[in-house]
Amino acid sequence: MNLDFTEEQEMLRTSARDFLSTECPKTLVRELEESEEGYSADLWKKMADLGWMGLVIPDDFGGMGMEFFDLVILLEEMGRNILPGPFFTTVVLGALPIMDAGTEEQKKEYLPKIAEGDALFTMALTEPSATYEPSGVELKATAQGDDFVLNGTKLFVEMAHVADYMIVAARSKEGGAAEDGVTLFVVDAKSPGIKCEVMPTIGADKLCEVVFNNVSVPRANVLGEVDKGWPVVERALQHATMAKCAEMLGGAEASLDMTADYAKERVLYGRPIASFQVLQHYMANMLINLETARNLIYETAWMVSAGMPSKQLVAAAKGWINEGYKFITERAVQIHGAIGTTRDHDIGLYYRRALASDLAFGNTDYQRELVARELGM
Amino acid sequence: MDFEFTPEQEALGKEFEEYAVELMKDAPAGWGTSLEFQYSEVGWEFTRKTQKKLAEKGWLVRPWPKEYGGADAPIVEQLIYNQVMAYHRVPSADAFGIGMIGPTLLAAGSEEQKKEHLPPIARAERYWCQGWSEPNAGSDLASLVTRGVRVEDEYVVNGQKTWTTNGHNADWCFMLVRTNPEEKRSRGLTYLLVDMKTPGVTVRPLLGMNGEHFFNEVYFDDVHVPVKNRVGEENQGWAITRATMNFERSGIGGMSGAKRAIEDLVAECKTVKWDNKTLADSQFVRHRLAQLLIEIEAGTALAFRVAWSQEKGDFLQSAHLASASKVFGTELNQRIANVACQIFGLYGQVAKSRWAVMDGRWQGDYQFVPGTNIYAGSSEIQRNIISTAGLGMPRTW
Repeated sequence: MNLDFTEEQEMLRTSARDFLSTECPKTLVRELEESEEGYSADLWKKMADLGWMGLVIPDDFGGMGMEFFDLVILLEEMGRNILPGPFFTTVVLGALPIMDAGTEEQKKEYLPKIAEGDALFTMALTEPSATYEPSGVELKATAQGDDFVLNGTKLFVEMAHVADYMIVAARSKEGGAAEDGVTLFVVDAKSPGIKCEVMPTIGADKLCEVVFNNVSVPRANVLGEVDKGWPVVERALQHATMAKCAEMLGGAEASLDMTADYAKERVLYGRPIASFQVLQHYMANMLINLETARNLIYETAWMVSAGMPSKQLVAAAKGWINEGYKFITERAVQIHGAIGTTRDHDIGLYYRRALASDLAFGNTDYQRELVARELGM
Repeated sequence: MDFEFTPEQEALGKEFEEYAVELMKDAPAGWGTSLEFQYSEVGWEFTRKTQKKLAEKGWLVRPWPKEYGGADAPIVEQLIYNQVMAYHRVPSADAFGIGMIGPTLLAAGSEEQKKEHLPPIARAERYWCQGWSEPNAGSDLASLVTRGVRVEDEYVVNGQKTWTTNGHNADWCFMLVRTNPEEKRSRGLTYLLVDMKTPGVTVRPLLGMNGEHFFNEVYFDDVHVPVKNRVGEENQGWAITRATMNFERSGIGGMSGAKRAIEDLVAECKTVKWDNKTLADSQFVRHRLAQLLIEIEAGTALAFRVAWSQEKGDFLQSAHLASASKVFGTELNQRIANVACQIFGLYGQVAKSRWAVMDGRWQGDYQFVPGTNIYAGSSEIQRNIISTAGLGMPRTW
């Protein structure tokens, strides 16, 4: 056991924090919330130059060959700063599944582009049924000569409107167990028949409706095996859930820091409000939530990174930070007082994202159900 | 980072585990059905017996130096030991001897005191209680008034201590007395070691709300304590208590025991049927138990962090995390007792009898757990520590 970060990991954290606080101020976050694209091409280019998109991509494919756990550190910093854009969808939902299930050709085709910052990815998994269970995959894939033809609707697909590629989960065989008959495709997002519309959401994080109307995809674009795509999705979800947890941890930490700083400055009855015990205990509760979540997330992310079985812990980590992030940001708004409820104040940026992140990859009720199953109930 | 134990540590854990299972074969009926059972007559006999066996294995004080009966073992190994023993409900080690006065003497005791007291603790032959709290000095400990008057080479002690856990079984007591009444609060306190058999020491039970005997009141009436039993200098006792506090709270045992409790509850819920379906099939029950497990995993991860900080000697830097671990752990056990009593409906209130569910364990816990939020630094004190030491808030009380 060694619960310290390595020197390289500490350096990664420090450089990410410095870079993001300079290059991605809250003014930019607000601007991108309002913009159509939801990301800054200029900032994207700078991130690519730092090698971030290729952080976990193997050297052979133009990346830096680091571990998933290292990516978690970077994501924590991104969550701390609320970095808008397609990093999560491209690296976590794009590169990782390709590294996991792609053929040599597919890896050669896509991974170097991702590492260079030249390709934006996302994953189209959820549908109007809004579930992460395999039964939710209903979009139809029909074999037709050398192609498959996709028909159906995907919903809550983040950054689909700017993506170059989408990894699409489709139902290729009916009738068996829900886990059987799911096939994954790497789809060119500009293919004829694809229509995309951004949904207005609390986090302004560009979740999209994507309609597939007779979209042809070459058989060579199947990711993994035909009809056997669900285990790939499951592994992708484990990574994505922990990646989301890391972002949430960073956001929760920033919210507590901002609140503690504010409480030391804001004067009431002639003294800083930080001297009022009722507020001190609110903040102590926030810290308890944050620190329990932090250590559980590091432990679980480390296990996922090492490829160890960790379904129960992943669900526990997400269930815990879901409630923790909401609790911390709710208290943060309360301690800031009326100013915290305004559109202009930064704490609201975190408060809104806490709910968006809670719902992504399974809210707390869903995580509890997953834990209950793992407990053998 | 690396969350894995080494193969040697894994093997050690397995060895602990096998012996724990062996020891528990002799557990008396009713063991594990209430937290304070350990201090009852039957429970205490079993405790002494198992502690003795563990001492013979050389396992009781492994982090201590070899010369005092320890093994110079790293704290991580103690973490593993505590985790295993708590899971198997092996009677917990003497929290006051092994957990408090031992480490205190190691840090601040004279060589003579170490030689006199540490080996009997290591051999499970001498048990301790804590003489800190008084009727009017609990969370505000520094306001205590029990007097110690120096007369030649003795202190004559008069006063009353209370909330003395296991005082009725303890052989010795470490205590704080006021030796300089002119000095207010933490100045003027002296740290003494007192043999409970000294004339003038009277122990009276203070029963918990469920009628079980855990706490005591201890009266001191002209009790003569030799000066050689003073730890540190006269009127400098407060600093010694600060050293003691450093060793008390990683919280892993509580988490490990809680995990076992959830597993037991899950097993019970799979068999209890209402309306033709098991409780484990009820979404309400599933989700409440799952939520508790989530919280246990969160608490376990924090306890590991605290232990790791202590392993590195960062006691002060991690004080707020140790406080977080304590308050989170005890409040979590309160939530567990509450949920456990509720999921069995009306049966949740039934004490040991033919109508009881799980031997009535949970209604007993429900009565015991409020005390855990108060002892060893109340939840409010822990939150004060977190907000001042952890978040840099000003101290205003």
